[in-house]
Amino acid sequence: MNTKDENDQGLLWEVFVQAKPGIPHKHAGSVHAHDAEMALASARDVYTRRREGTSIWVIPSHMITATTEADSESFFDPADDKAYRHPTFYTVPEGVKYL
Amino acid sequence: MTTDIKEMERRFQEKIDSGLKIEAKEWMPENYRKQLIRMISQHAHSEIVGMLPEGNWITRAPSLRRKAVLLAKVQDEAGHGLYLYSAAETLGIDRQTMINQLLEGKAKYSSIFNYPTLSWADIGAIGWLVDGAAIVNQTMLARGSYGPYSRAMVRICKEESFHNRQGYEIIYGLANGSPEQKQMAQDALNRWWWPSIQMLGPSDAQSKNSEETMRWKIKVESNDTVRQRFIDRTVPQAHAAGLSIPDPDLKFNEESGHWEIGEIEWTEFYQVIKGHGPCNHKRMQARQKAENEGKWVREAAAAYAKKQKSRQQIAA
Repeated sequence: MNTKDENDQGLLWEVFVQAKPGIPHKHAGSVHAHDAEMALASARDVYTRRREGTSIWVIPSHMITATTEADSESFFDPADDKAYRHPTFYTVPEGVKYL
Repeated sequence: MTTDIKEMERRFQEKIDSGLKIEAKEWMPENYRKQLIRMISQHAHSEIVGMLPEGNWITRAPSLRRKAVLLAKVQDEAGHGLYLYSAAETLGIDRQTMINQLLEGKAKYSSIFNYPTLSWADIGAIGWLVDGAAIVNQTMLARGSYGPYSRAMVRICKEESFHNRQGYEIIYGLANGSPEQKQMAQDALNRWWWPSIQMLGPSDAQSKNSEETMRWKIKVESNDTVRQRFIDRTVPQAHAAGLSIPDPDLKFNEESGHWEIGEIEWTEFYQVIKGHGPCNHKRMQARQKAENEGKWVREAAAAYAKKQKSRQQIAA
């Protein structure tokens, strides 16, 4: 990681901000910091200067595992042919309510 | 992988044409990556260097309100620089490399920040004109094809609106104050008008790279289109404040509905870009000083993090 003397920018952290209580945290961007405490303080200064958040999560970027573009087609296509998972797949007889 | 480059490029172009954003981990042509790194890092440097002319007036702001506002604005610019460095980093360059390029004089930043802020009215002119021009440009860039850059632009544009209004408030206040104050506002407009027009980049006829950057939607409108929009928005604002635009050839074209300006003096623009502006040297010195004087803080933070980590390991 970036801890050599000539590169003293710290680790890269991803920042997730919850805008209001009760809703999910959403990715806001990233910050550089040497530890979690510093990452939280920077994230507050960089991403919530206008009360955009009530809670912040930070995680070192290298800890995140993500799908890749090359795999994404085969990874997600099992869901493609399962329209019956949606309520609109079904016909509701006329006059029947609350379905 | 037998898919050849031509095929990859075709799919990439198809994606862009259908309005999809390109994300960090996806395949992209080398030149797309290179152009974006160049653009985003220059943009980030501009935000950081842009703090200097305004920072010059924080200690001398005319009231506590003005001072608090200016502090918040300069802090925003730092934030913008950080969003943009992060966006550039998603393309595989690290922040230290970009900072080094700036400090070594290898990277460009917006020519406009090489002009001095001589009076308080200049702070108004920067918010009104420089940030006004930046908003028009950045609203265009927000529609660009690279996801992380586009999202940073959306965020930045929201914050720039405050900068733009606070600048106009300063100018409008001065323009409607004493004759001396009005003169200050006019003088600031006289000095910042043309550099603001120029900061939107070389004219379309002169602009390199534009065919490719437009095809890849790195930019979605040309420099001249963006410049015209800025002019059309700003001229009436100057008139509303009772100020006059320093251009004897300025006229309103009834037919097209656009304000037409006189010829732009490009020689000066290229001189400033090449490093011969009034403040190029001073700006670089200030960045160098900040880098050197902040070094112990970064070292201390790294040492502290290392110590905490080893303590945790012992405890575990």
